Amino acid sequence: MKISVIITLKKDVLDPQGKVIHQTLDGMGFADVNEVRQGKYFEIDTKETDNDKAKAKVEEMCKKLLANLVIENYKIIDPK
Amino acid sequence: MKSSVITFPGSNCDRDMDVALRKFGFKNKMVWHADAELPKSDLVVLPGGFSYGDYLRCGSMASKSRIMQSVINFANSGGMVMGICNGFQILVETGLVPGVLLRNKYLEFICKNVFVKINDKKNKYFKNVDNEVLEFHIAHNEGNYFCTNDQLKEIEDNNQIAINYCDENGKIEDKFNPNGSIKNIAGIFNKEKNVLGMMPHPERMIHASLSGEDGSLFFKNLINNLK
Repeated sequence: MKISVIITLKKDVLDPQGKVIHQTLDGMGFADVNEVRQGKYFEIDTKETDNDKAKAKVEEMCKKLLANLVIENYKIIDPK
Repeated sequence: MKSSVITFPGSNCDRDMDVALRKFGFKNKMVWHADAELPKSDLVVLPGGFSYGDYLRCGSMASKSRIMQSVINFANSGGMVMGICNGFQILVETGLVPGVLLRNKYLEFICKNVFVKINDKKNKYFKNVDNEVLEFHIAHNEGNYFCTNDQLKEIEDNNQIAINYCDENGKIEDKFNPNGSIKNIAGIFNKEKNVLGMMPHPERMIHASLSGEDGSLFFKNLINNLK
């Protein structure tokens, strides 16, 4: 089963990379952009076949390694 | 006095730290990250570098390596643990010191000498240092110290800020902040002040003809405080 995780920076955390991407988009003529926030995306292929158990394991991975909860939020995408 | 320097894959200041510790009288051992046991030590140092290529987040992989459980136990039982640069990043990822180190505010890798003001001398790292201001070297891409407001309050209430970026006279202002760190924080302690994480490299300032002597001051003082 493949489970996806999206990690995003929390609202109050400065994202200098997102800011520079925004500026570059601006310079390229994409004038409508309000803000860009950069995040991370993971695909985890697990042997677990039970949907809930797999999600619980991935949640543990997020808390212990994939995200730093001081600055980041994680979102687990439901496996299809 | 016995010290141990942990080498992770991608550490690159481990040998410099070894030279510095030996120069000022430590009997130092290099310890590989995959080892389980720490040798008997009065001081453990997590050196600078790019452990695990800075993958995921700087220090995150190294913080889970085998030796780190022993280092964490050592720190929790009052042992002296110092993390420099990438070592500081590893320390925050273990949770031994609060906060995180983000990408530098202006996105550039910073490599230069800076001045830091010692904020607290009631600890074994800075006790009896005569100077209020030290000149150290920094070289990092992710040294922008950040923590939540609650953490900052706790850090300040417990006087856990070790050093702040400043000018040569000890003036702490935004213009002397190289990387965007909250409150110009360059280094912090855990609550008990046996664990120190800092971005500057004292091991690069141990010879007058090469760089400067403020690292010498730091190490001479440290070994005396541990005796």
